[in-house]
Amino acid sequence: MTPDPMLARNLLHQMVRIRRFEEKSAELYSAGKIRGFLHLYIGEEAVAVGVMQALQPQDAVFATYREHGHALARGLSAGAIMAEMYGKVEGCSHGRGGSMHLFDAAAKFYGGNAIVGGGLPLTVGYALAQKMQQRSGLAACFFGEGAIAEGEFHESMNLAALWNVPALFLCENNLYAMGTALERSEADTNLVEKAASYRMAGKSVDGMDVLAVVEAAQQAVQFVRAGNGPYFLEFRTYRFRAHSMFDPELYRSKAEVERWKQRCPIAGFSARAISEGWLTSETIAAIETEVAREIAQAVEFAEAGTWEPVETLTRDVYTARTQTE
Amino acid sequence: MNAVTAPVVTTTYREALRMALREALQRDPRVFLMGEDVGRYGGTYAVSKGLLEEFGEERIRDTPLSESAFVGAGIGAALNGMLPVVEVMTCNFSLLALDQILNNAATLRHMSGGQFNIPLVIRMATGAGRQLAAQHSHSFEGWYAHIPGIRVVTPATLEDARGMLWTALMDPDPVIMFENALLYNLEGELAADAGAVDIDRAAVRRAGSDLTLVTYGGSLPKTLQAAERLAAQNISAEVIDLRTLRPLDMTTVLASLAKTHRMVIIDEGWKSGSLAAEIMARVMEQAFYELDAPIERVCSAEVPIPYARHLEQAAIPQVETILAAALRTVK
Ligand SMILES: Cc1ncc(C[n+]2csc(CCOP(=O)(O)OP(=O)(O)O)c2C)c(N)n1
Ligand SMILES: [Mg+2]
Repeated sequence: MTPDPMLARNLLHQMVRIRRFEEKSAELYSAGKIRGFLHLYIGEEAVAVGVMQALQPQDAVFATYREHGHALARGLSAGAIMAEMYGKVEGCSHGRGGSMHLFDAAAKFYGGNAIVGGGLPLTVGYALAQKMQQRSGLAACFFGEGAIAEGEFHESMNLAALWNVPALFLCENNLYAMGTALERSEADTNLVEKAASYRMAGKSVDGMDVLAVVEAAQQAVQFVRAGNGPYFLEFRTYRFRAHSMFDPELYRSKAEVERWKQRCPIAGFSARAISEGWLTSETIAAIETEVAREIAQAVEFAEAGTWEPVETLTRDVYTARTQTE
Repeated sequence: MNAVTAPVVTTTYREALRMALREALQRDPRVFLMGEDVGRYGGTYAVSKGLLEEFGEERIRDTPLSESAFVGAGIGAALNGMLPVVEVMTCNFSLLALDQILNNAATLRHMSGGQFNIPLVIRMATGAGRQLAAQHSHSFEGWYAHIPGIRVVTPATLEDARGMLWTALMDPDPVIMFENALLYNLEGELAADAGAVDIDRAAVRRAGSDLTLVTYGGSLPKTLQAAERLAAQNISAEVIDLRTLRPLDMTTVLASLAKTHRMVIIDEGWKSGSLAAEIMARVMEQAFYELDAPIERVCSAEVPIPYARHLEQAAIPQVETILAAALRTVK
């Protein structure tokens, strides 16, 4: 597809936001400002950005613990996400979730699930409810290829297809589940075929090419919106960084990582946008400046945030009436 | 004369549950029932028999054998404006959905900083006593009561079978309802206009002054029988039906103890780490000086429930063992 300059700018802008946000997060993790588990999305930006481009506000999004990029691309503010990782009340989950549990009701962003495969059944049920209430939005679920080995994946695929619900299954195949390469965990590594075995339509897409992602996601969204049932997309992508902050990366070679870095979705798209005349290098520089300002403000916002008093420790376990125990 | 006696109907625990389901389905279009064999088959325990014909396949939804997926789907639907009633055939199979219950249903509200509610009801059969052996005789209500974020209710009477469902559905948080399978055939009279009941308070099922018997669910009928036998020996036992295992209504329990100063807890869960242990601990914390004798517990033996009838019966609370514990306590 050929993007108009506005779209090209927006796609690049969103990818750069995620990249710089993640770099800053890593830095703040080393500085001890962010704690817990931190999973970076660097290298995979084109997937979240391209898919969000195809979704509408009435659609719901379910994601994994590697979801900063999805949250940003969905429109959560960088400040609210950063404050969440700081554990501040101003965070998008009021400091109760942290990096792996970003939520935003208004954006229909349903987390942030740190159980591999855990969001899949939720998505099926959410989509079922859409259908039963004759609402138009679909439910989109991001998950890693590691989830394919879970029973919940197979149960959910079957249920979604059986009930013909408006769900979009978005598999981010970055080739590794922690240190386990796909071919070391799956007898058959053809993921689209697995979806097909549940009679679910699907497609495999180059996840390093944001335009390919947009195009495939738009087609898939259209398919689902037309009432044809669920759709499965596999995005072939790669994470440039470690699985989390505690991963010595013994399972892959530096050469392999370098090879994939040559296919960086941001560098690739920037170069192409300039050569095709969609964007100028000035525009790209302006995006960087804009993003740098946004990230700096997000950090300021998080720094200035407040700690919830421990007196309210047990809030939000139950809704008010049953809070007394 | 105009002394009107409220009309009553003779019914069963099973039918009372069905009335509750039917009423909920009629009352609110957001309500739907799903689970294995709830529709065509009529429900494993025939609770939902006839509802498919009345409400159709959309709302009486048969599911594949995918406990994790359909319980999770119930959570997702509850997140999205529906009021699902998910039937897990028995609590034995709920272990395959434990991840969804514990990691999603119980946590989403909290992890999101209070942004979401899960108005979901999960119903499951529980309990031993039918010679179904180790894998089909579990009592997990005490386990589930360990989890903050969910409410656990255990209807043990016709009124509660009839009335707890609606209240549970109106609760904005997930509620798990344990139906002891031995209660389904329980027969009795129920007010014709019976409806929703509170699920906050324990109930005194029999008033007494010499000792307090605390129980819930399938052990209630046995405990009431034991109280009757004690009465024949001039011992007046008060019987408390906890009704809700989480949150526990300790106020009712302690008010009774303040009267009787003696207590026996009857709980079909395994004794170690049981709900009975929790109640005991709370009494120690909150009312230690009220006690005139050590608290006794009648729980299941520390063994997978055996098949042979005599062994099974020996493994779970019985009228005789409740009686013996009560007598030790008052002697
Ligand atoms: C059910 C479950 N098992 C194990 C883990 C530990 N774990 C966290 S991330 C991960 C790898 C998942 O890989 P994948 O699904 O490919 O996602 P990616 O991290 O590559 O984005 C594992 C095993 C978990 N969180 N949940
Ligand atoms: Mg992976």
